[in-house]
Amino acid sequence: MSPSAAILIALFAPLVGACGVALAHRWPNLRETVTLVTAGLTFAAVAGLVPEVMAGGRPETALIDVLPGLSLAFSVEPLGMLFGLVASFLWIVTSIYSIGYMRGHGERNQTRFYACFAIAIASAMGVAFAANLFTLLVYYEVLTLSTYPLVTHAGTDEAKRGGRVYLGLLLATSVGFLLLAVVWTWQLAGTLDFRPGGILRGTAPAGLLGVLLVLYLFGIGKAALMPFHRWLPAAMVAPTPVSALLHAVAVVKAGVFAVLKVAVYVFGVDLLAELVSTRWMSYVAGATIIIASLVALRQDNLKRRLAYSTVSQLSYIVLGATLGNAWGAVGGAMHIATHAFGKITLFFCAGAILVASHKTEVSQLAGIGRRMPWTMGAFAIASLSMVGLPPTAGFLSKWYLLLGTLDGEQFVAAAVIVVSTLLNASYFLPIVYAAFFRRPAEAGGGHDHGEAPVSMVVALTVTAVGTVALFLFPGTLLELARLVVGGSP
Amino acid sequence: MIAAQLPILQVVLPLLAAPVCVLLRRGRLTWVLTVAVTWTAFAIAFLLVQRVLAEGTISYAIGGWAPPWGIEYRVDVVNAFVLLIVAAVGAVVALAARASVEREIAADKHHLFYGAYLLFFTGLLGITITGDAFNIFVFLEISSLSSYVLIALGSDRRALTAAFQYLVLGTIGATFILIGIGLVYMMTGTLNLADMAVRVAAVSETRPILAAAGFLTAGIGLKLALFPLHLWLPNAYTYAPSVVSAFMAATATKVSVYVLLRFMFTVFGPVFAFDRLPLAQILLPLAALAMLVGSTVAIFQTDIKRMLAYSSVAQIGYIILGVALVNVTGLTGGIVHLFNHALMKGGLFLALACVAYRTGSTSIEAFRGLGRRMPLTMLAFVFGGLSVIGVPLTVGFISKWYLILGAIEKDWWPLAGLVLFSSLLAMVYIWRVIEAAYFQPLPDGADGATATAPPPTEAPLSLLIPTWMLIAANVYFGIDTDLTAGVARRAAMLLLGVDG
Repeated sequence: MSPSAAILIALFAPLVGACGVALAHRWPNLRETVTLVTAGLTFAAVAGLVPEVMAGGRPETALIDVLPGLSLAFSVEPLGMLFGLVASFLWIVTSIYSIGYMRGHGERNQTRFYACFAIAIASAMGVAFAANLFTLLVYYEVLTLSTYPLVTHAGTDEAKRGGRVYLGLLLATSVGFLLLAVVWTWQLAGTLDFRPGGILRGTAPAGLLGVLLVLYLFGIGKAALMPFHRWLPAAMVAPTPVSALLHAVAVVKAGVFAVLKVAVYVFGVDLLAELVSTRWMSYVAGATIIIASLVALRQDNLKRRLAYSTVSQLSYIVLGATLGNAWGAVGGAMHIATHAFGKITLFFCAGAILVASHKTEVSQLAGIGRRMPWTMGAFAIASLSMVGLPPTAGFLSKWYLLLGTLDGEQFVAAAVIVVSTLLNASYFLPIVYAAFFRRPAEAGGGHDHGEAPVSMVVALTVTAVGTVALFLFPGTLLELARLVVGGSP
Repeated sequence: MIAAQLPILQVVLPLLAAPVCVLLRRGRLTWVLTVAVTWTAFAIAFLLVQRVLAEGTISYAIGGWAPPWGIEYRVDVVNAFVLLIVAAVGAVVALAARASVEREIAADKHHLFYGAYLLFFTGLLGITITGDAFNIFVFLEISSLSSYVLIALGSDRRALTAAFQYLVLGTIGATFILIGIGLVYMMTGTLNLADMAVRVAAVSETRPILAAAGFLTAGIGLKLALFPLHLWLPNAYTYAPSVVSAFMAATATKVSVYVLLRFMFTVFGPVFAFDRLPLAQILLPLAALAMLVGSTVAIFQTDIKRMLAYSSVAQIGYIILGVALVNVTGLTGGIVHLFNHALMKGGLFLALACVAYRTGSTSIEAFRGLGRRMPLTMLAFVFGGLSVIGVPLTVGFISKWYLILGAIEKDWWPLAGLVLFSSLLAMVYIWRVIEAAYFQPLPDGADGATATAPPPTEAPLSLLIPTWMLIAANVYFGIDTDLTAGVARRAAMLLLGVDG
């Protein structure tokens, strides 16, 4: 299979799968089989690209020219490879999980759910492999639109409100700021291609480019930089598999991925280091990390706590991008993968708890570890990864981010990471403690239950093991992340 | 040789078919004739575009009288493009007309409807194709008078006042245009536009020419519904029969914009219009206000037809903004938006025709629960709406891209921001409909057993297919822009006198 064919398969297999899902709506088992086969095929296509990218190749393919010089084109570079791998692999796991969740929870409109899910993954692949800003923008918007029906899946007033915030903020930032930034970039540089070292150097005074950077970072609303983060907690009304894969991996990572792409391939790390606003934006990211963690501390709803934790963790990546050195970019890139595995596990656990025990609040979880040992064990491992302790993957990315702050002598940023680590520990570890070592609060209140359906437990175990495995065997991940900045650090 | 006669056939065919319709008196038969004629006109327009692109400007002397003495039909890239817009939308809407007209208009008036429809079609094509100033006025009156009839055929009684209001304002506009043409004729002694352009240069500093430019701008401004001269438009679009709204919204204002372009760029020339006269300084604030006020007012409408009408006011603002930028990029954006806006509004108004066909209403209440009952119609509305918002891969994005780029090239940042802000407002008003359709229960379902009418079902194919033709074009021309943006760019360069 030629590389460009593999790219096209990765892009279009999920779309074809979505049609297949829609056609098979009468036969749930066949429909779920279509989803699983599609997910497997997509991952295989993406994984098939790895050797060439690692060897320094940049497989590419182009679809059409929309306007002269403005084309839908794809090119796989290490960062996109990393994001594509993570998203397509976790789609398989999430699909297995979804089957248990959607059936166990008796959700309606499952066909629409699986179809939109597949379209969302197709757009995530498009974002990952985009060869220029225009393609990125197109898929970015499709991702927003295709996930809207998933967020409002329940169809309740709360879901509608959540959907409004979700769509409103994401479209407003992307139309208001990002599109403007893209058009401006086109006007300055005459191209929108992602190129190593950037395309903007020397096209405008540093002050203007600084403004442009601000437009980009706030315009990419999916990166959830404060004050444009509220869509993420609002999106938690969605079914848990959506929160898990899309709002811990595909959608939010598409955001920070775009931030990293812009930082590395549009501005270039060296140019960023010269801009004044880079420093300011790193403060915004730092503030987001701390404030979101503080908010997370006060959330009793488990999914909302996870959502604010995501807001905080995403800004690690933005912080990495705005450190203006290679270590930061590598740390940011790695954090895409490490946070993905950790956070998806946590969401899987939240969903498993919901399906098995119908509990949604942190305060209800005392003693639940005895009834759901696998689930809460996975939760514990993933929590360690969030805090950044070995032997979990979170440690790796945090290590590189810290190196980046020290290398750039940005001690404020270093302090932010340290403080945030403590905060992470203080809102995750008590849950783990209560689950295993506290007695259930009320004797007769909760009904008797065991573990969640097998497919859910399998899925969350796989991702939890993945979290540890990434720490033990970080070879490919680290190599890809280093290739992003030309393999320098 | 028939090919040489294409320019005159473009106008004469529908003109002759109109009285035939009235004579036939049989509703279904007149519809068949209308469809046949409009699609032939579409084919002619398409051939004309091809020829103009290949061979350059076509000049056709009516009756063999050589211009500037006889009437000349002159087709260049600019009006070939507009002809294509008018003919395409006219043809597609004619397809949809049968079902909708049978539902909304009394059977004994069908032949009159199709007669008026063809006359309106003729008028718009005539204005566009002719190279003669007085001829423009004649066709303007043909199109205006027939449009009053078409609006007044609306089933709501308020259609009559809407038609009357438009008649008064439209007549004022047409009179202003006539005065303008008269003044230019007085100073140049010619009615041929090309000839006028040559002769007007010598007298451009005189007061009658300045007055003529003023009268023409105000008169055309009225016809194209430039804010704040748009007051006739919301009522006219709201109360007209559904297919008339679709056809008018997609074409009538576009042709007026073309007339403005023709007079300001070809006759007076950009140097006179924009350097000597403060035309850009007049048009820019009005365009900006149109975008802002039109979109904002649209948000608060409860009738979706009226909402789209105000959205049109805003979209006309986009087009005029492109004109007032007076650079190739901006003007390309304005001209391509003529086409793109015709596609999006034509598609959306046809989707409304589907809804009106099944529910008998276009108020937001009528949309409740339609996402399930009329999935294809509502999906069409969603795509049309996304195009209005300007999401990538729809035509709306292409227009916006050029407009923003044009504004940035001039360093007019607030305008770039305004275009974006206006599309955010568009998102708000489109999403109100989508939420109603997908998240609210059917109005009957809420009451339970009291429901008398059966819940609406999907619209008939004869309405759905034309709707989807336009909606599909919204996506197709959002991806393949060779025809639209390519031709618009050539038209803009021609108007500005820039060599490619």
